[in-house]
Amino acid sequence: MKEKTKKDLLSLVACVALFAVIQALMEFDVIGPFWQLNFVLIGINIILATSLNLINGFTGQFSIGHAGFMAVGAYVSAVLTVKAQLPFLVAIAGGAAAAGLLGFLIGLPTLRLKGDYLAIATLGLGEIIRITILNIPYVGGASGFMGIPRYTSFMWVFIFAVFTIFFIKNLINSSHGRACISIRENEIAAEAMGIDTTKYKVLAFTIGAAFAGVAGALFSHYFYIAHPASFTFMRSFDILTMVVLGGLGSISGSITAAILLTFVSAALASYPEFRMIIYSLVLIILMIYRPQGLFGNKELSLKMFSRAKGGAKHDAA
Amino acid sequence: MDFSSFIHQLIQQLINGVSLGSIYALIALGYTMVYGIIKLINFAHGDIYMLGAYLGFFATAVFKMSFVPALITAMVGAAICGMIIERLAYRPLRNAPKIAVLITAIGVSLLLEYGGMLLVSPQPRTFPAVFEAQTYNFGGFVVNNQQIVILAVSVLLMIVLTYVVNRTKVGKAMRACSFDTDAARLMGIDVNRVISFTFGIGSALAAAAGVLVGVYYNSIDPLMGIMPGLKAFVAAVLGGIGVIPGAMAGGIILGVVEALVSGFISSTFRDAAAFAILIIILLFKPSGIFGKNVREKV
Repeated sequence: MKEKTKKDLLSLVACVALFAVIQALMEFDVIGPFWQLNFVLIGINIILATSLNLINGFTGQFSIGHAGFMAVGAYVSAVLTVKAQLPFLVAIAGGAAAAGLLGFLIGLPTLRLKGDYLAIATLGLGEIIRITILNIPYVGGASGFMGIPRYTSFMWVFIFAVFTIFFIKNLINSSHGRACISIRENEIAAEAMGIDTTKYKVLAFTIGAAFAGVAGALFSHYFYIAHPASFTFMRSFDILTMVVLGGLGSISGSITAAILLTFVSAALASYPEFRMIIYSLVLIILMIYRPQGLFGNKELSLKMFSRAKGGAKHDAA
Repeated sequence: MDFSSFIHQLIQQLINGVSLGSIYALIALGYTMVYGIIKLINFAHGDIYMLGAYLGFFATAVFKMSFVPALITAMVGAAICGMIIERLAYRPLRNAPKIAVLITAIGVSLLLEYGGMLLVSPQPRTFPAVFEAQTYNFGGFVVNNQQIVILAVSVLLMIVLTYVVNRTKVGKAMRACSFDTDAARLMGIDVNRVISFTFGIGSALAAAAGVLVGVYYNSIDPLMGIMPGLKAFVAAVLGGIGVIPGAMAGGIILGVVEALVSGFISSTFRDAAAFAILIIILLFKPSGIFGKNVREKV
């Protein structure tokens, strides 16, 4: 237990160092405005991908409506800062709470469904959320919620991304997380072992939705606007792609895929007509040759290298 | 609104709904047949419909074909494309996890959409008027000949499909594969060929829907397949996925509900209505109206 804390502290120090390096590079303009924007996007995508991975990868509940929760977070937080003049942190918490609550309310009935049916139901719910927002004049309707102050900075995004990663990693390593994984492996067996499957499925769904809300809040407070068109199911697919590409059930995989895909997307930004074509081809080819994703359900760690050297002694599941 | 004008409006919307619904039904059939056999939500199916619309467009606008030859050309072309897609993208993943196949389907969908944009430009195009628009007035109810053509073509295609599935050898093989793929293989059925054939038929029907929509709305664009594709899936789920008459009924019901919602409430809620139907049916009868309850085995 104590060693774990030590390891966590070490990773935290590493994160702070990484942040200092990137921030310094930004201050000295080594990283220009275009890439600064992409670093922020990477952070937001990491939050989205790891939180979706909790639902899809660890609990095995196939949800593709993540953009809907992101939209709720974006709009609720924007209402809180613009209309209620509340501080940014309160707004983020509000956005997360609203998205989480909605996730809970939606998850309770829909998580009875399985596999493809759940997938298509969550996709439908995501679209319903978006269309509902589109029809509320109070938040700007079809033209979007404009005039949101830019409170999000790289620092905020970085802090929340690290927080998300640590939260979900520790959740997975707790007994609650193990319960979630057992549901993924075999729901009936998990139930037979006395695990309240509905409770854990809804728990994972609620937490995932709340973090999507955080990402949405950061998103809308960076781009000055929350627009319904930013939260279509295409964005849900984007997030899902990151999760699957990185490997279902691998947090480091989600992080790597979020960084990789955001970079690819940014690098191809000057060829807009080819961007999506290359993106889709990469997707198809990767799935054909490596359907389990880059990392499978393994985590990237230093142990991986030492094990490769010394031979597999024990399986780090 | 007094009662008689309400009834009038209702029947008018029913007429519109049935013609819109038969389009959904044609697309839904492809979804349902593919899902019935390989349990894949083929997200690229809506884009095959777009492809069909463009093939029909080029056949009429460039090669000056009349309606029926253009329709057949589009169907054959789309069927070939559907088979090629299945061969290249889905067949290598036959034994992969389901989610990988689903992601591939999303990839194929994006490829068709943005590849289409690159090839034919993102601007919407005007579908040539293949026959003169005429409106008929039946005691106050307006029906135009395009709606009649849509309905006639859809019904004809559905009859042909029902015949193929229920009366021919390949149809029998299709039903066998959807019942139990492994057993079908043991009985000497070439499963891969049957799947390929299923993709071909499904794509041809979607292409027909695309051409009909082109004729009806006069405008096509590379992203036209996204929403109808999703809604057709809703229709397939509504009728019971894997059940062919279910897809037909589901499509018509969905079309009618959409027409009623846009006629009586607001057209902005039209799309939400489709998804609300989806959620309701999934919560109360996930197997769909015509589906049978399947008990899960441990």
